Amino acid sequence: MKEKGKRVIPGLGLSLGVTITMLSVIVIIPLASLAVFTARLTPGKFIDVITNRRVLAAFEVSFITAFIASLINAVMGVILAWVLVRYEFPGRRIIDGMIELPFALPTAVAGISLTALTSDKGWIGRIFDHIGVKIAYTRIGITFALVFVGIPFVVRAVQPVLEKLDGSYEEAAGVMGASRAVIFRKVIFPEIRPAVFTGFGLALGRCIGEYGSVVFIAGNQPYKTEITPLIIMAKLQEYDYASASAIALVMLVFSFTLLFAVNLIQVRNTKILKGGR
Amino acid sequence: MAEAVLSPVKQRPEKKRRTSSSDSARTARPDLIHEDGAGSKAVRLFLIGLSFLFIFVMMILPLATVIKEALKQGWAAYQAAVTDEYTKSAIMLTLLATFSALAINTVFGLFAAWAITKFHFKGKKLLTTLIDIPVTVSPIIAGLIFVLVFGRQSFLYPYLKDAGIQIVYAVPGVILATVFVTFPFISRELIPVLEAQGTDEEEAAALMGASGWSIFTKVTFPHIKWAFLYGVVLCTARAMGEFGAVSVLSGHLRGKTNTLPLYVEVLFQGFEWVPAFAVSSILVIMAVVILVARNIFEHNAKTGSGGV
Amino acid sequence: MKKKMRIAAALLTPVIAAAALSSCGDSGSAENKDGTITLTNVSYDPTRELYAAYNKAFAKHYKEKTGKDITITQSHGGSGKQALEVANGLEADVVTLALEYDVKEVQKAGLIEDGWISEFPNDSAPYTSTIVFLVRKGNPKNIHDWDDLIRDDIGIITPNPKTSGGARWNYLAAWAYAEKLYNNDEAQVKEFIKKLFGNVLVLDSGARGATTTFVENGQGDVLLAWENEAYLSLKDAPDDYEIISPSISILAQPSVAIVDEVVDDRGSREAAEEYLNYLYSDEAQRIEGDNYYRPTNPDILKEYSGVFDLDMVLVTINDFGGWDEAFAKHFADGGVFDQIYEDN
Repeated sequence: MKEKGKRVIPGLGLSLGVTITMLSVIVIIPLASLAVFTARLTPGKFIDVITNRRVLAAFEVSFITAFIASLINAVMGVILAWVLVRYEFPGRRIIDGMIELPFALPTAVAGISLTALTSDKGWIGRIFDHIGVKIAYTRIGITFALVFVGIPFVVRAVQPVLEKLDGSYEEAAGVMGASRAVIFRKVIFPEIRPAVFTGFGLALGRCIGEYGSVVFIAGNQPYKTEITPLIIMAKLQEYDYASASAIALVMLVFSFTLLFAVNLIQVRNTKILKGGR
Repeated sequence: MAEAVLSPVKQRPEKKRRTSSSDSARTARPDLIHEDGAGSKAVRLFLIGLSFLFIFVMMILPLATVIKEALKQGWAAYQAAVTDEYTKSAIMLTLLATFSALAINTVFGLFAAWAITKFHFKGKKLLTTLIDIPVTVSPIIAGLIFVLVFGRQSFLYPYLKDAGIQIVYAVPGVILATVFVTFPFISRELIPVLEAQGTDEEEAAALMGASGWSIFTKVTFPHIKWAFLYGVVLCTARAMGEFGAVSVLSGHLRGKTNTLPLYVEVLFQGFEWVPAFAVSSILVIMAVVILVARNIFEHNAKTGSGGV
Repeated sequence: MKKKMRIAAALLTPVIAAAALSSCGDSGSAENKDGTITLTNVSYDPTRELYAAYNKAFAKHYKEKTGKDITITQSHGGSGKQALEVANGLEADVVTLALEYDVKEVQKAGLIEDGWISEFPNDSAPYTSTIVFLVRKGNPKNIHDWDDLIRDDIGIITPNPKTSGGARWNYLAAWAYAEKLYNNDEAQVKEFIKKLFGNVLVLDSGARGATTTFVENGQGDVLLAWENEAYLSLKDAPDDYEIISPSISILAQPSVAIVDEVVDDRGSREAAEEYLNYLYSDEAQRIEGDNYYRPTNPDILKEYSGVFDLDMVLVTINDFGGWDEAFAKHFADGGVFDQIYEDN
């Protein structure tokens, strides 16, 4: 914790002290217990647990569906944020107000409702059933639930940046005759890209670990629609803490790496926000 | 007021845009962009339509499902479910957990944002990453880690028991889980704004002899109040709805450690379909009230103060 | 000024939270200051109505017998999860779980003394149940016994034996049928089970989720369910479903036990014993019957012969060598249940 240059603003000791103390008690020490419990496994057993075919298949299901869902969220999130910031239309504030609903609805309720909607007897599922597409109990269903869970992250990450984006570049580009597509690609997107990545990263992290809303819609067929958190749940039911911690640890390391990357991007994001305009 | 005093020292020209930009951006610009009107309008309509469709499918329909199922057996059944004694105790516990999470995370968020944005130190990126971790940790794991730390097989357990403190499967466990899952929500909203704002104003104020407290209240807080509000709303919404982590830590003691989402699950698992959805609808209503209140509050404040 | 107050309030809250933390450790003794005794019963999911009714009856009985008031706090959840929580420190005076195996886990954690299984009559199972089929009204797919389930045109809904303790009975019941059908030829039995699970459309994590999938979302042709849960579904929609009793099924014995460490700590042993003993009284046995559990008192069971099919052949877990053996062979990692999914 070295100081760079002279510091005049007071409160470093206090604020950093409080931050690190609370962080340690609430986050770091409990998470460290995962490592402690995993350490009960020998390295060989650890490898066995996490490379078990079924566990690998679950990782694959979780990662692929979370990735696709986060991609959809990134696109829809940008569109939603754009519409909310740039356009004035009736119902705008209602949409704006609803963005956080996926957080507030208990995941189990969300899962049950989404399953009811997308099974072949549900309002949405019925329509897709006509063209032979099944949503509930397939990976499409899992993705659907994850889009629901992750959308607030992207919208709320991009929205403030768009609000701050100075319009003068766009105006200049527009006056000079650039088309809308070009303006978006060359002027706007580079500005919001870091925010999109941040939102994408958070949504992805959340989606990979999501359990409550997915477990009802997934179908839970081994090797096909079985998600990693369900495997952890199963290990806990078998009172196998060590294996559960081992799989959890793998997910944690992945999340951490992902977030660290996102935070590197965030630094660039800040520079853009700060940059002299 | 503080800004007026400070402006001769260092005032960045784009400063005043910060709070007003959203309104001015929205109204001023699209017409200025050179484009044939019809195409622009089509894109605009398409995007708005797409947004409505998305919101309709992803948010309105699930909500409609909840309401439809809640009222399946009529109003009397609904009323009986939501006024049940256990429902009431679940509401109280949910409010307690939400309020505690809000308070703890506010304190943490303010201190953390201050430390991270106003000073340079090594390991800052690591620190910010660690703060974000709870968002991406699977709720089940979040619950599990507290059981490992405070549960019966932990080395801490005998000491806690001697002291008469029960954490897991009691109210403190519920609060801990709620705090954990919402931990970064406020700091995450504050940090980008404070980063963007820089440290010039605070430095100037400090040089002029202002105390840390008055720098914070007079210089910093006005800039972050909207971000703060967003953080509070996110935190509240998530805290109320949290299920996974709380479920692992609560023990589901009826009337004691059941939050609303947990009580919903107990009802659902106990083959009480209608009451389960009726209780869910309470959560939906609470969430909608908060989100609408935020919107009105924000709208009034921004237009009322003339967009500054 | 107002802001100052607000932030000061915010700074104070951790203190308040800490106070709240310490005030919650009041679990102490069984008897409150006003003389009311409290007990905590940690049970599994579908017993909610059963124990709601039983607790009322028991409180009345206890008041008459001892003159003391008693209140019972209930906890319901997945049976395995509940056992895990008790083992991890959830203060339960008594556990009333879905299977012996789960109670054994609490025992292994050192909370329950050995020999609990013979502490109460009938292997400490005051009521039993079995596995039946729930099919759509009129039985359109003509399902009558286990061998119908492996037909190609059948879609089955059952919870996952890996995550649902109750679902292990479903699996074992099917196994018992196949063993009889193929004269214990294990290769054929495995093939039968594999085909059966190949027909499973949705493998929900719990019994209730499976029922929702079958009832609310209209998936599949048959739901494998506990008899009492099947009746609960039937009660809600008597015109939509019917119950089919297969020729062979398994006697599901939900076990009850006193959590010794907790009752000794709280001084609630006497009340807890009375609580579990009274489950065998005539009054309680009828409450159990009314909630679609099979009473273990044969005379009272006869009163419900109009409800339950008493002619089914019921094997017990002992035919599988007890829970430890059954678990190790079928449900442990790499066990038979994992194997049938291996070579797909």
